[in-house]
Amino acid sequence: MKNHKEQIFKIIFAITACISIVSVILICVFLFVNGVPAIGKIGIFKFLLGTEWRPANDIYGILPMILGSIYVTAGALVIGVPIGILTAVYLAKFCPNWLYGFIKPAIDLLAGIPSVVYGFFGLVVLVPFVRDNFGGNGPSMLTASILLGIMILPTIISVSEASIRAVPDHYYEGGLALGASHERSVFFTVLPAAKSGVFAAVILGVGRAIGETMAVMMVAGNQARMPDGILKGVRTMTTNIVLEMGYSADLHREALIATAVVLFVFILIINLSFSLLKRRIN
Amino acid sequence: MNKINTRNNAQKWLSYRKSPASFLMYLAVNIAAVITICLLLFIVIYILIKGIPHLSPQLFQWLYNSENVSLMPALINTILMLLLSLLLAVPVGIFSSVYLVEYANRGNKMVGLIRITAETLSGIPSIVYGLFGYLCFVIMLHWGVSLLAGAFTLAIMILPLIMRTTEEALKSVPDTYREGSFGLGAGRLRTVFKIVLPSAVPGILAGIILSIGRILGESAALIYTAGSVAQVPTSVFDSTRTLSVHMYVLASEGLYIDQTYATAVVLLIIVVVINALSGFVARKIGREN
Repeated sequence: MKNHKEQIFKIIFAITACISIVSVILICVFLFVNGVPAIGKIGIFKFLLGTEWRPANDIYGILPMILGSIYVTAGALVIGVPIGILTAVYLAKFCPNWLYGFIKPAIDLLAGIPSVVYGFFGLVVLVPFVRDNFGGNGPSMLTASILLGIMILPTIISVSEASIRAVPDHYYEGGLALGASHERSVFFTVLPAAKSGVFAAVILGVGRAIGETMAVMMVAGNQARMPDGILKGVRTMTTNIVLEMGYSADLHREALIATAVVLFVFILIINLSFSLLKRRIN
Repeated sequence: MNKINTRNNAQKWLSYRKSPASFLMYLAVNIAAVITICLLLFIVIYILIKGIPHLSPQLFQWLYNSENVSLMPALINTILMLLLSLLLAVPVGIFSSVYLVEYANRGNKMVGLIRITAETLSGIPSIVYGLFGYLCFVIMLHWGVSLLAGAFTLAIMILPLIMRTTEEALKSVPDTYREGSFGLGAGRLRTVFKIVLPSAVPGILAGIILSIGRILGESAALIYTAGSVAQVPTSVFDSTRTLSVHMYVLASEGLYIDQTYATAVVLLIIVVVINALSGFVARKIGREN
């Protein structure tokens, strides 16, 4: 009797463990079954390289959205990566203990703020700021990049900080012993040693930026045309899906799901490079 | 950090005068840290200043209408959504980590596969989850845009988070506990439920708190699965709007800016409470180890 119970629970545990596998398979199947036929109907090159998105005329080219996602993410990296890594260095090697007790929870809070709140903040603060100081309408590639740059900060900071802290102290001590100043030791011995962890942090940031939807939608302008200039509006792949899913039908809807397929492939590539890096760290 | 290399300010200045590059690096990290903190303070204080004056009792009335723009139904829906999705995800997450840590043999191919899929799941953007939930639960299973569809979508989304934290918690339970239990004649199942899981509770709790934060902030995955009806649902097949979706709807309508600020304040307060809780649990784990 007792043995039965052991066996039954072992099977239950094994089955629940498979749920994550099943979920990934289901997500892939649902996206690909619903999206790939549309790519076939539209034509893969017309879909991926088409520069026009006009659902009313059955023209579905998502190049503007792909480029939009890439540009906005790149912009976010330009803003978020230097600040993020330097802040991580500060936290790990410069921050006095009493101050750390305040800054660390603050960064956790930054990570916990919901993306709608960020989006709303962008809408009421960043959009007017960009309009008044840089020109244009306000909602633009620049606005979205700044907002996403802020949003990826906590990810980059906490992952890089952890990897900087994981560097053995004797690297730093060796630097000092050779006569380097505190700063030189940190920047030229500790930071290079933490390189792969910092890269991993950046990749995570890329994943977060490229997948962000609501905040970007509120500040990016969302015009479905080729991006031309940082003060013009852009539409990313994620926002394309949210904006039109509500009223789309037939091929239009399938084209939106196909957009999600492309996004999914992007994310898979990012995940793959992240796990490769992580394996290298270990 | 300062154990090894302690210098007073005068020595610091002397060394910076000798090597200006060091001073520049020192300046750079400090400026970066100041920027980060100022950004956070600016966002939080701006929203608090604009929002707190509009936290009227009207906002917490039982029923939503376009007069009071009450967030009460959304708040109740958020709690329902939280409970339902945790109910779905927590047992599955805990059980699968128990399998990974306590049952699976070393080198088991399944374990590698489960790890990879969990990692993949945690990287998928929420809009893709939303789309999947829409296609699978709303359309194919005919649940309609509903609380249940939203909860299932969120449950899949938080599953990897719960799995990872529980796995770490289970791994940090010392093997001597298990050996002691086996030595007293307990079976594997009894050891798991009576010894291993109870001592891993703080770690599991930390994972659950993180998931609560994630669910609370989620909007993209819910718009097409749980919808945006601002009423407390009468059944799990009714459409509901959570607080984040509520705030998104208000912000995009643009008619109730004051109330949007106030809603943002409520969201922020909940986030602060959750962070404080998770900090508390983390400290507790730290003390025990």
